[in-house]
Amino acid sequence: MLSIKNLHASIDGKEILRGINLEVKAGEIHAIMGPNGSGKSTLSAVLAGREAYDVTEGEVIFNGKNLLELSPEDRAREGVFLAFQYPIEIPGVSNINFLKTALSEIRAYKGLPPMEAKDFLKLVKEKQALVELQGSLANRSVNEGFSGGEKKRNEIFQMAMLNPMLSILDETDSGLDIDALRIVANGVNKLKTKENATIVITHYQRLLDYIVPDFVHVLYKGQIVKSGTKELALELEEKGYDFIKEEVGA
Amino acid sequence: METITKVSIKEKIISEFELNKNSLFGDSTVRKNALDSFSKQGIPGRKSEEYKYVNMELALKGDFIFSSSTPVAVQTVEAASILKNAIVVVIENGLFSANNSKLGVLPKGLIIQNISDATNLDSFKAHYSNYADVTSDPFVALNTALASGGVFIHVAKSSVIELPIHIIHVNTCSVPTIVNARNLVVVEENAQATIVESFVVGTNSTKIFNNVLSEIVVAANANVKHYKIQDEGDAGNLVNTTQVYQKKQSVFSTNNFTLSGSLVRNNLTIVLDDEHIESHLNGLYLTKGNQVVDNHTLVDHRKPNCNSNELYKGIIDEKSAATFNGKIYVRKDAQKTNAFQSNKNILLSDDGTINTKPQLEIYADDVKCSHGTSTGKLDEDQVFYLRARGLSEASAKKLLMHAFASEVVNTVELEVLKNYLEAEISNRFE
Repeated sequence: MLSIKNLHASIDGKEILRGINLEVKAGEIHAIMGPNGSGKSTLSAVLAGREAYDVTEGEVIFNGKNLLELSPEDRAREGVFLAFQYPIEIPGVSNINFLKTALSEIRAYKGLPPMEAKDFLKLVKEKQALVELQGSLANRSVNEGFSGGEKKRNEIFQMAMLNPMLSILDETDSGLDIDALRIVANGVNKLKTKENATIVITHYQRLLDYIVPDFVHVLYKGQIVKSGTKELALELEEKGYDFIKEEVGA
Repeated sequence: METITKVSIKEKIISEFELNKNSLFGDSTVRKNALDSFSKQGIPGRKSEEYKYVNMELALKGDFIFSSSTPVAVQTVEAASILKNAIVVVIENGLFSANNSKLGVLPKGLIIQNISDATNLDSFKAHYSNYADVTSDPFVALNTALASGGVFIHVAKSSVIELPIHIIHVNTCSVPTIVNARNLVVVEENAQATIVESFVVGTNSTKIFNNVLSEIVVAANANVKHYKIQDEGDAGNLVNTTQVYQKKQSVFSTNNFTLSGSLVRNNLTIVLDDEHIESHLNGLYLTKGNQVVDNHTLVDHRKPNCNSNELYKGIIDEKSAATFNGKIYVRKDAQKTNAFQSNKNILLSDDGTINTKPQLEIYADDVKCSHGTSTGKLDEDQVFYLRARGLSEASAKKLLMHAFASEVVNTVELEVLKNYLEAEISNRFE
């Protein structure tokens, strides 16, 4: 589904990603872990199409298409979803209104007619329940005045509504208490199918107790320096990132 | 060259006054004083501090006459009749139009009449030209000297007028014309009313210089909601003075929407001349092309324990220019004043201009006052967030501009008007 080859990216002339290689197939969950400043968030921003980053080398193929040539909206329409580490507050834009517009533009891109209002509302209700998001929050302005946990749940709610092929969860666990973490992880797990894939970006192993990855990759200084299975995450948790640094340094 | 133009329009105004002074309504001394004051002030040039961002000399360049007999098309009035259910007053080419107005049977306690027929009423005599100071502004002086007509509205003590009163100022002319309409609204003690003023120009009209002045008196415990929709199109040059005078425990709110017009200058003054008064000032201006929109507001806190709250927002596109100048006076007696002001602008183009100037003059020591201004482009993080969910860049921006404007639109309590404005704003960003 996703094939990243030798991806280099920089911001303001400073190279952050220095040759990332990653293959993600349908049905898989990949975890990308790494210390602060290793390039985790840059990777998610580059995949989502953030314009501030320059891709200087390499390619990203998503379902046969050159992802890097697509605008952020076309990436979303092709099925890429980024759950933001820091969801943006948009006063005055209602969550529901925004999702209705998003959904109808995605459907138009695929040549589908807009959803019937009745079906849309049914979908909203169903997906809200999935992340235990109160109805009132769905009707409020996007993320405005939401608590940290509500913002993250709202990201997963949007993910559920848009039903992407590839979900990238950027530090979705940061700042969540254990209950909120469980709700968010539960939502992600329920949305998992054999057809879609998930990339979980996280600093800590904790989230991976709830969203169990098929593969774990360690990102360090802009490169994937180690890959393994879920046991690697436990090892990291136990030994800390220093052991990676030593290994790489050695 | 400019000096010659300036003198000539001024002279024309003076001779127009001499020609008509005996047929104009009201007190001839008031008019004569106003004319003298106008002569002294003249048309403000670019060096005038109060008019430096709006070129009045250019707007008044060329030949003008002072009345138009071109009838206004029925369709123009109908198109402006945006409230389904209202008492409609039509001021056509500066004169009260009995034919086009739809007054119906007026509710008890409400007087609406041609202002030139109201001069003998006690409340007219008590209030007319008492608040709009001819020495303070040349267009107040010009209007007071040459006012051709308009409407007088009186709401009796303790009367609650449920239906909104919609004043439609509509002009159509075949040669450039200066129109001076004049309104007086008096809402007595404990009474309530909603006043909507619309400003439109007939299709195919040539240049209009519309100098409209409304004085609004809000007596003790009265509640007045006031709305203005300015949509005069390219032919319109509008100077719109709103002079409000509030007494004890009264509540006044005004919402000013500028949707179009070559030049729009709003002079809004609210005098809070007693205790426990509340005033709300909201404005939204959406400008494009070569439009110039200039909002000057003055909130004059004269007595203690009053609250005022002001929010003006603008979206500026293409080569248009917008000015916001918000003065707040808190006089020595006005302790425990709460006065807040905010002006926010979005600049969509590199060629647009915004001048924003808060001016707080505070002479009391126990007050809470604040002001803030912001001007910028649309928030890129917000645009990206929306695009990352599949919205095109265009629809993301549209949604954000709509959201920006909605903060002001949401203060509109008249549902029909709110819906109308929502639709206008949506069309604008299509």
